[in-house]
Amino acid sequence: MAHFGPGKTASSKEQAGLRYPSNGKTIYHRPLHRTKTAELSQASFAYLFSEMVSYAQRRVTGIQELEKRLNIQGHPIGLKLLDLLLTREPPRSQTRPLTIIALLHFIKINLWTHLFGRQADRLEKSSNPDTPDEYMIIDNEPLVNAYISVPREMSQLNCAAYVAGIVEGVCDGAAFPARVTAHSVGGKEEGEMWPGKTVFLVKFQPEVLEREALFGKG
Amino acid sequence: MTVFALIIINKAGGLIYNRTFHEGGLNKISTNDYLVLAGTFHGVHAITARLNPLKPRVGNRSSTSSSSGPGGLLTRPEPPSGLEVLESENFRMQCFTTLTGVKFLLFTDPTQANVDLTMRRVYDMYTDYVMKNPFYQLEMPVRCDMFDRKLGSYIREINNR
Repeated sequence: MAHFGPGKTASSKEQAGLRYPSNGKTIYHRPLHRTKTAELSQASFAYLFSEMVSYAQRRVTGIQELEKRLNIQGHPIGLKLLDLLLTREPPRSQTRPLTIIALLHFIKINLWTHLFGRQADRLEKSSNPDTPDEYMIIDNEPLVNAYISVPREMSQLNCAAYVAGIVEGVCDGAAFPARVTAHSVGGKEEGEMWPGKTVFLVKFQPEVLEREALFGKG
Repeated sequence: MTVFALIIINKAGGLIYNRTFHEGGLNKISTNDYLVLAGTFHGVHAITARLNPLKPRVGNRSSTSSSSGPGGLLTRPEPPSGLEVLESENFRMQCFTTLTGVKFLLFTDPTQANVDLTMRRVYDMYTDYVMKNPFYQLEMPVRCDMFDRKLGSYIREINNR
């Protein structure tokens, strides 16, 4: 929390920092089990996200650094969302995912529905035998990129790195440490249909696969 | 029924977007000429806005400066609108000025109906795909793929009707 001078906090409680509603009910008074249809304005999110990207951009020199920053901004959200979404599950299925497939399904269905109001479009395992630790979550048109056109000189950038950070937070929180990156694949063979198509590449740490192998035997 | 071209002029009179949708509707002129057109129109628009008398709100004649309306609330006179339509035998140019001073010029067939509606949609797209894009710098030329794409498909739909 920010530290205000002692005089300031005492004298002007209304002006400093958070504003409290007149009935005294803050976000912490609301029940965790909210209705499923609590939606936010996409326009206000778009403006906020646009400022987040410009903020990050002013503080970096390269594209990778920019993606890193966006990733870091999303990471704590993922950690917290994992807890929140599991709490909202019916009591019977209220366990955290224990296998890679269960985790990825949880991300594809629960996380995506909570954040974007629909499921992710596809889930794939890397077909390359050299990289069995790589999985792909595919979104044909990520909501965060709805209004963003990346300039040509930054064509490798995908602002969905922020969503990748959220996914990484969920994986880390569920004890499946991973690196998640976002890649644009529109503009290639089937890119005409979905120019904003994005692949979230989930690369798990070796110990996760090791544990997964032991699980399979047991 | 055709939309020929769209021009966007920033509040300083600079050309920031210029696109032709229909070949053969208008003669081709160079980019430099488009820049001159934008600057000239900007100037003419400013002068015509000054010609336009300010009308105080109806029922509020007593206060000369029209600064306080009923109930003591501040009311402003209608903002002066400059030149809005320019018509020639073969095309009609409609101008729309946003509250922030950006001008959209739409060149259409003289018989084109519902230009206001088209203009509104174009403005919507501008606010969505240009203003919400973190890589767009205000007052600079518009280079947003998404805007180009959406605008293109919308105008194509109108022109093919």
